[in-house]
Amino acid sequence: MSLSGHGARHAQAFFGALGRLARHPFASALTLLVIAVALALPASLSLFVDNAQLAVGGFVNSVDLTVYLKTDVPLAKAEQLARSARERSEVAEVTLIPADQALEEFRKYSGFGAALEALKSNPLPHVLHIRPRVSAESAATLQSLEHYLSAWPEVDTVQMDTEWVNRLNAILDVLQRLLAMAALLLGLGVLAIIGNTIRLEILNRRAEIEVTKLVGGSNAFVRRPFLYSGLLYGVGGALLAWAIVAAAVVVLGQPVATLSRLYGSQFRLQGLSQQDIEILLGAGVVLGWLGAWVSASRHLRAIEPRA
Amino acid sequence: MIVFDRVAKRYPNGREALSSVSFNIHNGEMVFLTGRSGAGKSTVLKLIALLERPSRGGILVAGKNTSTLAARHIPAFRRNIGMVFQDHKLLIDRPVFDNVALPLVVAGVALKETDKRVRAALDQVGLLGKERMLPTELSVGEQQRVGIARAVVSKPPLLIADEPTGNLDPDLALEVMRLFRRFQDVGVTVVVATHDIHLVREFGQREIVLDNGQVQGDAGDALPSLMATR
Repeated sequence: MSLSGHGARHAQAFFGALGRLARHPFASALTLLVIAVALALPASLSLFVDNAQLAVGGFVNSVDLTVYLKTDVPLAKAEQLARSARERSEVAEVTLIPADQALEEFRKYSGFGAALEALKSNPLPHVLHIRPRVSAESAATLQSLEHYLSAWPEVDTVQMDTEWVNRLNAILDVLQRLLAMAALLLGLGVLAIIGNTIRLEILNRRAEIEVTKLVGGSNAFVRRPFLYSGLLYGVGGALLAWAIVAAAVVVLGQPVATLSRLYGSQFRLQGLSQQDIEILLGAGVVLGWLGAWVSASRHLRAIEPRA
Repeated sequence: MIVFDRVAKRYPNGREALSSVSFNIHNGEMVFLTGRSGAGKSTVLKLIALLERPSRGGILVAGKNTSTLAARHIPAFRRNIGMVFQDHKLLIDRPVFDNVALPLVVAGVALKETDKRVRAALDQVGLLGKERMLPTELSVGEQQRVGIARAVVSKPPLLIADEPTGNLDPDLALEVMRLFRRFQDVGVTVVVATHDIHLVREFGQREIVLDNGQVQGDAGDALPSLMATR
């Protein structure tokens, strides 16, 4: 058989499958919708996790360490400490707030100005504000930086509020695991839906299959149109799932933007990335083809011509 | 073309259709397979087309030992055999053209060539111009002729027919048989199973009579033993 003949037979099987899909628009639409919903669920969950990570990422970057030096540490020593902190690779920026400046600000903004006048000496320590580098934003790096700073004899306490970041990351980990399980189960569901649809199609065309085998149609020839049917269901379902998720992003975009503005964030809801779309369509192709293949191999073998 | 060597066929339900059948059909011969219903005529045809496998014995078709033919080679093997059935086995929801074209489609023949050969086959059976009709719109005789056109469209060297005239009145039956003889005239080996003794006598072709799962009388010349040639 020539190459073009081969292509022609595939084209024939493809358009035949497309034609059968179009001949029963309602049934086909229902099947596509079920597949689309099953694919859209893990896709939107994945999008949710990605967006949550993105939103939280902004906060992780703003985690600063506040180092309170002991009150008897002189300013010169504090400046020296600020310099050596600046030399650490995981540190982006160090700001020294001298005790006098802190007291001045406190006096100005707290409203306790009169009460502070009564103090004989400045009760406030010198403070270092340390902003870690973005590359060092992981909890472990922050932790080791905190340990390092705490070890200095001049340091009283180091404050770092990473507890909630840790919790949030743990929640995201759970969600990610949940997402993997949901994707697996729903993928199996799609396989079952396509397999069953193909099984019904095979039963409906039993006579045709029998006659085709009678005149010398090979198993591959008989199977081919069903594989294309499965492929069309898979890809069609994936495209519909893409549309569903895209519509959800449009619907949610405005309220999410408002919400993040209220929290003083520039965060905006991200849609499916090109990679997400590729994975979604790829899943449609693989699940459609595989479901049809398993079903066709199983059920076509049972149909042998009986003259 | 066809050699049966001590072939037995017992169906899974225990019925023994053939007990020991041997015969020899030459290239280009036209042979009638006769006998009462249940004598094993259909079984012989099914064994030739590999729709069934023999329980014992050997079968040679077009030089191929069918018992050693792997399942994956059966489709290619069947493309060399044209088959006609009493109930014609047409796809009733497909037009005549599609039905006749099916053997060419499964063989991967190009569209233009298919079109030409389908028309030629329909012309041979006198149905040119009815390509777009559905089989249900045709008479029984015409349906049977569509079945014959489908059997010969790929120009197979062997044509087998199981009671092709069973549903036809005598005039139509005669017409169908004449059609078969025209294919024999161009070199096709034709095997027709029928219980219509009168028709067979009228044609005066060779006759293989089956009775009780065995061949009565003429089985052809001395048989080459399949077992020896293996």
